[in-house]
Amino acid sequence: MAGITEHAPQAAAEPPHLAATGLGTRERAALAAELRAILPAESVLVEEEQLRPYECDGLSAYRRLPAAVVLPSTEAEVCRILATCNRLGVPVVARGAGTGLSGGALPHPGGVLLSLARFMRILELDPIARTARVQPGVRNLAVSEAAAPYGLYYAPDPSSQIACTIGGNIAENSGGVHCLKYGLTVHNVLRVRLCTIEGEVLEIGSEALDSPGYDLLALVTGSEGLLGVVTEATLKLLPNPRTARCVLAAFDSVTAAGDAVAAVIGAGIIPAGLEMMDKAATAAVEPFVNAGYPLDAEAILLCEVDGTEAEVGAEIDRVDAIMRGSGSQHIRISRDEAERLRFWSGRKAAFPAVGRISPDYYCMDGTIPRKRLAEVLAGIARLEKKYALRCANVFHAGDGNLHPLILYDANQPGELERCEAFGAEILELCIAAGGTITGEHGVGIEKIDQMCVQFPAEVLAAFHAVKHAFDPAERLNPGKAIPSLHRCAEFGRMHVHRGAERFPELPRF
Amino acid sequence: MTQGSASEFAGTSAMHNLVAHWSERIRRCAETAQPLRIRGGGSKDFYGALKQGELFATGDYSGILDYEPTELVVTARAGTPLRELEAALAAQGQMLAFEPPHFSEAATLGGAIASGLSGPRRAASGSARDFVLGIRLLDGRGQDLAFGGRVMKNVAGFDVSRLMAGAMGTLGVLLDISLKVLPRPEHELSLCLRLDSSEALRHLNAWAGKPHPISATCHEGHCLTLRLSGSAAGVDAAARQLGGERVTQAAAFWRALREHEASFFADDTPLWRISVRSTAPALPLSGRQLLEWNGALRWAKTDDDPAMVRDVARKAGGHASLFRAPRTIDSPFHPLPGAAMALHRRLKQVFDPAGILNRGRLYPDL
Repeated sequence: MAGITEHAPQAAAEPPHLAATGLGTRERAALAAELRAILPAESVLVEEEQLRPYECDGLSAYRRLPAAVVLPSTEAEVCRILATCNRLGVPVVARGAGTGLSGGALPHPGGVLLSLARFMRILELDPIARTARVQPGVRNLAVSEAAAPYGLYYAPDPSSQIACTIGGNIAENSGGVHCLKYGLTVHNVLRVRLCTIEGEVLEIGSEALDSPGYDLLALVTGSEGLLGVVTEATLKLLPNPRTARCVLAAFDSVTAAGDAVAAVIGAGIIPAGLEMMDKAATAAVEPFVNAGYPLDAEAILLCEVDGTEAEVGAEIDRVDAIMRGSGSQHIRISRDEAERLRFWSGRKAAFPAVGRISPDYYCMDGTIPRKRLAEVLAGIARLEKKYALRCANVFHAGDGNLHPLILYDANQPGELERCEAFGAEILELCIAAGGTITGEHGVGIEKIDQMCVQFPAEVLAAFHAVKHAFDPAERLNPGKAIPSLHRCAEFGRMHVHRGAERFPELPRF
Repeated sequence: MTQGSASEFAGTSAMHNLVAHWSERIRRCAETAQPLRIRGGGSKDFYGALKQGELFATGDYSGILDYEPTELVVTARAGTPLRELEAALAAQGQMLAFEPPHFSEAATLGGAIASGLSGPRRAASGSARDFVLGIRLLDGRGQDLAFGGRVMKNVAGFDVSRLMAGAMGTLGVLLDISLKVLPRPEHELSLCLRLDSSEALRHLNAWAGKPHPISATCHEGHCLTLRLSGSAAGVDAAARQLGGERVTQAAAFWRALREHEASFFADDTPLWRISVRSTAPALPLSGRQLLEWNGALRWAKTDDDPAMVRDVARKAGGHASLFRAPRTIDSPFHPLPGAAMALHRRLKQVFDPAGILNRGRLYPDL
């Protein structure tokens, strides 16, 4: 596949450390010795069977073994590992739970995979200041669980929140279904400690609501492990809403559902969650979870309102009226918490349900201006025919974040390639509609070629210059997130020569 | 609201020429290391360090480019007067939820974002940088660069547009700015509770941990003023629960606070802006203090030594900047630790290698 070949023949023009062939036995042993001078022997993994669990993240179509995996347990160890790798010219890829969907934690074949799995402690939870100071390996949901006794929670709730970690959330600027109202990770992190590739620790942000100088916190959030390694974070906690109710509304066209979303927003309502699923998605989930979704609808909307009883009661009536006015023939309002959760169960099960009806699926992640939804979905329908693959669509409708799920079978020769080409065209549709190639999953290795479509060379050059301000020798997660200009120049031809790019493990000179 | 009349089209072409002209001027100035002092409406001339360089006036680059209320996104040119932008949003029942201070009728959107200042609603709704979605700018080489976009969720590339918020124009001349906007609350009312500052801080932090619809807070002297925003039912229920007296002319009160027209700000004593952890007790400084943002922002009118004010701020988990003073000084902003300053210099190098854009406005060597 095209995305994995950034160190193939064109690598000749890349800096030598990016032209990574795996390390030789002797270099590998030397690296392990350096790392064992920092960490206990059992925290440095070099045997193939030990490395295997780290070969991929949530984007499992891409797999590689690193030269070594390290499992530090203190910030000082992280700093020494980074400084050592910097000195040796060894790439470093940081990894949290490995749930990322864009290959951001895909190992570098000549590099060190730095696992933050041992940084699992919630260091401090201050219910009065409404903050949690946590280590990066703490799971997202664990923060809300720890805050629950105080009536507080951590707002960003990516679908993988049971497993994904805060460090990974910061690296990806993760969102979730509630971010229209409560913000993304960048809106909910107050401070991080960032270990630089030189092994220095920077305190970025503070316990206050702002900090002097440039907003480095914004720059670091979502930087996909290219600028430094977060070793600690202070998170903002919010009060739990007293109550929440959900409206389920069915529509006979996606356009009508899209218009209903615009009408809700236009009426001055910011729902806590506003999700759309198309017919293919509801058809996949309904038999799986029995959420009560009408199967004849072209699209369904879930609109959740939260707040005090008084607020929710008033707002839910308005949402109901708007859905009716927008032509919904079928509306249900959750009467109790069990029913509210049942409405959501289908949306939350969308990915596993799709996995149940298809041997494999590929989850895309683009954002578009909402008004272009019908047009983009029509474009996706055309691509289904072109590539002879089905696609189900789920949509964070409130903020325009579309997740097409392309169904394929990796065991059928050529299907993965067709699926990837399909996905690439969807991302290009998003760009053409005035949107972006990734709303919340990150670029990683997956969308690196589409970065060349979204951004002109001067902007990519500026991104590289920002990277160099933190990491001049490009040791941190090289080859991810920001394509080299050379790669972009190659990209056009890579489409043509796609078939020739199949064996990325083979050295080519 | 898509703008497309013939005169506006001519305007677009004029704006295109203006940007080309600016780009050329920046390129020339970079060659001779001629510093440029960027100025929109001049409403924040008092803010920051000594200004250097020849005037680079951006007020002519004005106008709303795209505004779709149902997308919750507005894009406008940096020279657009803030009041014009806010009026356009208000006409659609929406607002800039960070409530930027204007400090004069002439305030522009570009200045609001470059200064990164937020008003009373900040603790409830977020800051200027929180609402930035995309920025097009001219860097210190005159390159026309667009970062971010016009959609709500976007993680492609580094978040350079948010980096511009609060950078005081030292990294680029802002051109087009896309912001998330929010609906204006259906209903607002304000309450005054008689409390001293320690009681006020205790209550504010406790209430912030409960789902009350508090959208702004201010404590001065013995009065804690709260603004409640939301649905009529929710606001009225919270007002009954929180107690206190209704404030009449509440909108004028919050406006005067935001614009520093309240009596607290009147005299010539140096005004410090001190950003701290919200639970920090009243700061041990001479003079008077006013607090906002549930206690996370303290304004101090004090003649205390700057080093001491900064030490107090640091111990309270934050930082202090000399916001207004009879005389401008070289470094009104809180000094940065060495490693952070070195990184700032490298970022300045990235966007403005000749060091010509608003040189010295934020820190002496940026």
